[in-house]
Amino acid sequence: MHKLWASTYKEFLLLTRDIGGIAILFIMPLVLIVTITLIQDSTFKSVNESKIPVLLVDKDKGTISETIFSGLQESNSFEVILKEKESEAKELVFKGDYQLAIVIPENLSSDLNKKVTQNVEGILAEFGIEETEEVPEKKVIPKKEVNLYFDPATQLTFKSSVKNGIDKMISKIETQSIYKAFQEQISDDETEVIFDTDSFISFKEIMPKVEGDKEVIPNSVQHNVPAWTLFAIFFIIVPLSINIVKEKSQGTFIRLRTNPVSYATVLGGKTVVYLIVCIIQFVLMLLVGVYLFPTLGLPVLDISGRIGLLFLVTIFSGLAAIGLGLLLGTIAKTQEQSAPFGATFVVILAAMGGVWVPVFVMPKVMQLLSHFSPMNWGLNAYYDVFLRNSNFIEVVPEITTLFLFFIVTTVISIIYNEKKNAV
Amino acid sequence: MIEIQQISKKYKGADNYSVSNLDLSVVEGEIFGLLGPNGAGKTTLISMLCSLIKATSGQFTIDGLNYKEHKNQLKQLIGIVPQEYALYNSLTAYENLMYFGAMYGLKGSVLKEKITTALVRLGLGDFAHKKIGTFSGGMKRRINLIASILHEPKVLFLDEPTVGVDVQSKNVIIQHLQELNDSGTTIIYTSHHLNEAEHFCTNVAIIDHGKIMIEGRPKDLIENQPEANNLEDVFIALTGKALRDHA
Repeated sequence: MHKLWASTYKEFLLLTRDIGGIAILFIMPLVLIVTITLIQDSTFKSVNESKIPVLLVDKDKGTISETIFSGLQESNSFEVILKEKESEAKELVFKGDYQLAIVIPENLSSDLNKKVTQNVEGILAEFGIEETEEVPEKKVIPKKEVNLYFDPATQLTFKSSVKNGIDKMISKIETQSIYKAFQEQISDDETEVIFDTDSFISFKEIMPKVEGDKEVIPNSVQHNVPAWTLFAIFFIIVPLSINIVKEKSQGTFIRLRTNPVSYATVLGGKTVVYLIVCIIQFVLMLLVGVYLFPTLGLPVLDISGRIGLLFLVTIFSGLAAIGLGLLLGTIAKTQEQSAPFGATFVVILAAMGGVWVPVFVMPKVMQLLSHFSPMNWGLNAYYDVFLRNSNFIEVVPEITTLFLFFIVTTVISIIYNEKKNAV
Repeated sequence: MIEIQQISKKYKGADNYSVSNLDLSVVEGEIFGLLGPNGAGKTTLISMLCSLIKATSGQFTIDGLNYKEHKNQLKQLIGIVPQEYALYNSLTAYENLMYFGAMYGLKGSVLKEKITTALVRLGLGDFAHKKIGTFSGGMKRRINLIASILHEPKVLFLDEPTVGVDVQSKNVIIQHLQELNDSGTTIIYTSHHLNEAEHFCTNVAIIDHGKIMIEGRPKDLIENQPEANNLEDVFIALTGKALRDHA
């Protein structure tokens, strides 16, 4: 026990003597989380608060183009700029001056009306309630296309959301046209309301509740803090592996190998100190989320009623990261091997674990692989606590897996070292 | 004290053996010098005796113990002063020694007293709380030595302990090693300083190509080598004048 304490104290001294290293360990993750959250929050605002200029070429000059125009204006997301020529709008968008152009084809409103009326008259005639009692002759009305031009640099998520929005708008217009046509055919009184055209089905999102009736409302902060905290915690494998490689290169490890001390004790000292580093990183992240974010106009991080579980998840995530760092440091021969590999590997684990892109939108293979990323286990545990209001029992599977990962990586490190230095 | 039988070492990918079927006995209380040109196998032999590398074949015992059965006992029994400065540059001399002393199971006032005494004896009393990174080569060598003797080993291995140090530091180191030997510590050391070895060692072995060329008291070796006036003459006569560069 005395040897473990001495090893821990030595690691503490080594770490605290490296001011630059401490700054990187504690300040860089904070810079990272503030930067990422500000960027994501501003992106969110740009879509939801500030208006995106959109070109509209109205060849229709009818009720549909009017509806689309007013729909876009009322959405508060777009600033509609009218253009006369499709070619001009296309060029401006493809050059990147605008992100989107919508071209409404000629006679869209009148042709839609004709098509709907034709269909309605056909249906009524089938039921025998058409005034003429003759099935009207069907004219072929060509299908219409609303052309959309996107800047090639536009992200797929934005494209998809705009397409969905316009599609919904057009569907609504079509439905209302059908109602209107029926009304015209059935009633002579134009003021009489036969069909209620308001949406019958709407959505209501029910949030998990914490502490009585208080709802857990997800926001960019509630998502970002756990994700990037985990990223920072796992980045500890870089300085930790460098620490071990340095011991080997500067000769102190050779001395330790001749001393009556086990490799497990040497690693134990490192584990204790770096675990404390992880916890301090986490506390700093929480403080930033709770106190700094609101001053930057970001939502406040809500940790009410979860602090104990959050620390528990942090400890086990930290242990998993440390286990990986110990293994990398034990196997790597030079800092040139451990540092780039460690940094790249963390990025890969983060990508696989769902830190950047949610796991459910990944391809099947990646979804399967994500189960092998300790960052995925940690992230799920954090989300369980932060967003799903889970209790201790519900995070036990994740923290157990993280702990097993720490045990396995540490045991492999010890066995590898024993095999390599066997006499 | 040390019995080596037919020990050999061939590194992975190497064409030749670094140490080849070597037999050697070191008596308790001796100061035994392992001398030889670069690449002769001195460091390899010491590394095997200190359990840093595995012998390809052969066996050895120290004080009747072998590594396979008495690993921790042997580690407590020996001290090693490696060729490189095996110290933490950002820690002070005192912090380094506290740590390495603790690794031998020493603690509390006993350890503190041993450190203070050794630092004063080796002329470093005023530098106890200075960082190793600020030390000169000679000072680092002396701390390197102290870190290996705090637990009072019965056998002390030194791999070129005076390389790259000034005359004053060298004298202090040699004098201290002599005192240790007087108190019963068996010393095995390698060096390129043949004059130093001639006067310091009770017995020497000249090694070349992994084999012992000659072994005995320095005085006897000089007397038995025709036209030799000192150990260097014996050394040149046995190993030749050709350069021994290797990579």
